[in-house]
Amino acid sequence: MNPADLAAIWLTLKLATITTLLLLLIGTPIAWWLARTRSWWKGPVGAVVALPIVLPPTVLGFYLLVVMGPQGVVGQFTQWAGIGLLPFTFWGLVVASVFYSMPFVVQPIQNAFEAIGEGPLEAAATLRAAPLDAFFSIAVPLAKPGFITASILGFAHTVGEFGVVLMIGGNIPDKTRVVSVQIYDHVEALEYTQAHWLSGGMVVFSFLVLLALYTLNPSGRQRMR
Amino acid sequence: MSIKAQFRLSYSGFMLDAELDLPGRGVTALFGHSGSGKTTLLRCIAGLERGAGQLEVNGEIWQDAKRFVPTHQRPLGYVFQDARLFAHLSVRGNLEYGMRRTTSADFSRFDSVIELLGLGPLLDRLPVRLSGGEQQRVAIARALLTAPRLLLMDEPLASLDQARKEEILPYLERLHDELEIPMLYVSHAADEVARLADHIVVMEGGRAVAQGPLGEILTRLDLPICLGEDVGAVFAATVAERDAEWHLARVEFDGGELWVRDSGAAPGSRVRLRILARDVSIATSHHDDVSIMNLLPATVVALAGEDHPSLALVQLRIGGTTLLARLTRRSAQRLDLVPGRQVWVQIKAVALVG
Repeated sequence: MNPADLAAIWLTLKLATITTLLLLLIGTPIAWWLARTRSWWKGPVGAVVALPIVLPPTVLGFYLLVVMGPQGVVGQFTQWAGIGLLPFTFWGLVVASVFYSMPFVVQPIQNAFEAIGEGPLEAAATLRAAPLDAFFSIAVPLAKPGFITASILGFAHTVGEFGVVLMIGGNIPDKTRVVSVQIYDHVEALEYTQAHWLSGGMVVFSFLVLLALYTLNPSGRQRMR
Repeated sequence: MSIKAQFRLSYSGFMLDAELDLPGRGVTALFGHSGSGKTTLLRCIAGLERGAGQLEVNGEIWQDAKRFVPTHQRPLGYVFQDARLFAHLSVRGNLEYGMRRTTSADFSRFDSVIELLGLGPLLDRLPVRLSGGEQQRVAIARALLTAPRLLLMDEPLASLDQARKEEILPYLERLHDELEIPMLYVSHAADEVARLADHIVVMEGGRAVAQGPLGEILTRLDLPICLGEDVGAVFAATVAERDAEWHLARVEFDGGELWVRDSGAAPGSRVRLRILARDVSIATSHHDDVSIMNLLPATVVALAGEDHPSLALVQLRIGGTTLLARLTRRSAQRLDLVPGRQVWVQIKAVALVG
């Protein structure tokens, strides 16, 4: 493996880690709301969150490019705020990945919260726990398997993205050239040996992630049965 | 010292419209069929359900037109039908959860509550490793440890089998004797109510159709309590004497004395008696030649029809105590049972219920 490959691996891990952490922060309140609301908005919001599962990544990437571009709403805001434009930067890639991997984080957490139900939280309220207290002391620990599944799936899905990266990030070394793009480059250049190293690594990585998901995590075990 | 509550709440196909005025101590049973609104009423009192109305508990306003104190700020203890222990915490963790969050919690009570509910050997177990009865005992202790000023119990025995119920009832009876705060106990089981309650609220179709002292309400003829086979009187008595030879005890109550099976209760101790209407028969003259030990003079107060057209329920007065007798309408007519008539009651069975 050459330095460019290592840089791509490092960038990929950094992107996936930051994306997963951000998604746990953003996705948890969304999952909590989706799990408990009786609002009419539950359906539409749930559908929007799930869109990346069915959309071609290029569609998602295309619209994010438009919105974050110089003429887009977000693009005009980031320029006004002095951040500049997000497309073709690392942070643009992070924003895109957050949308792209959102359902893989929100849904397991939402399912875990739904499985807990109202019962333990009502019990906590009768034991003097304020709502936020009950959330952290009861809901989060009981939903731990959901959080583990969400983190693993969110991380792995971000590592595996390609279409969105090409649309939003392009192919800039150390900034947006992640492993999947690097493999594409190697193949284009007929450097099959290097492509094998990276691709094989991805296969092993993905297998280990799923193995961990299905053996370590109690909810993963239940799903296998 | 009292609990005044008034709630209105409706959702699809159900309407709660209940007004309560309860004593601020002792055990009050909320009694009724499933769907009569007793659990909803209890949830309103806890603030888990938000109906329109008001609630005052021993002088403190928990809800009125302007205020709604959220559940976690109400000094109450709540025991759910399904114990609802926190699965990720040990028994000790569950017990300490509420205690840590209660400013007025008295940590020295921990040991006495553990002792009261027999939880010592269970402290380090996880809830999944407990039987249903053990879980419910932990749930009761968990609620008590928050030093509540009102204890709410929602059919704590309903999800348990008979053996488990018998395991917990003695603890609840001890609680009844030792607890100084009012307790509201939701139940549809007449025997639990007979053993535990001092007062009773009869719920039907979302309304409180009757409320008052247990002995008084249970022997009323005008209530659609529909206890069926379980209709009968419950009243207090004092053990006067124990007869070792025949394993019997003589108990005195307001109106006379009865011989009952010796339960081991010492002379002088208070017991609670339950006499089912089907175990009481009536004679117009005194007979010595019957097997029944307990023959008492009584006055007929009133008669009422029963579910089945062949049966009648007779309300009888013995001193300050009211009894019910169930007989056929034909017998009632043949004996000329009319209000004011002096008769002899023969009591086939008396149950000591705590």
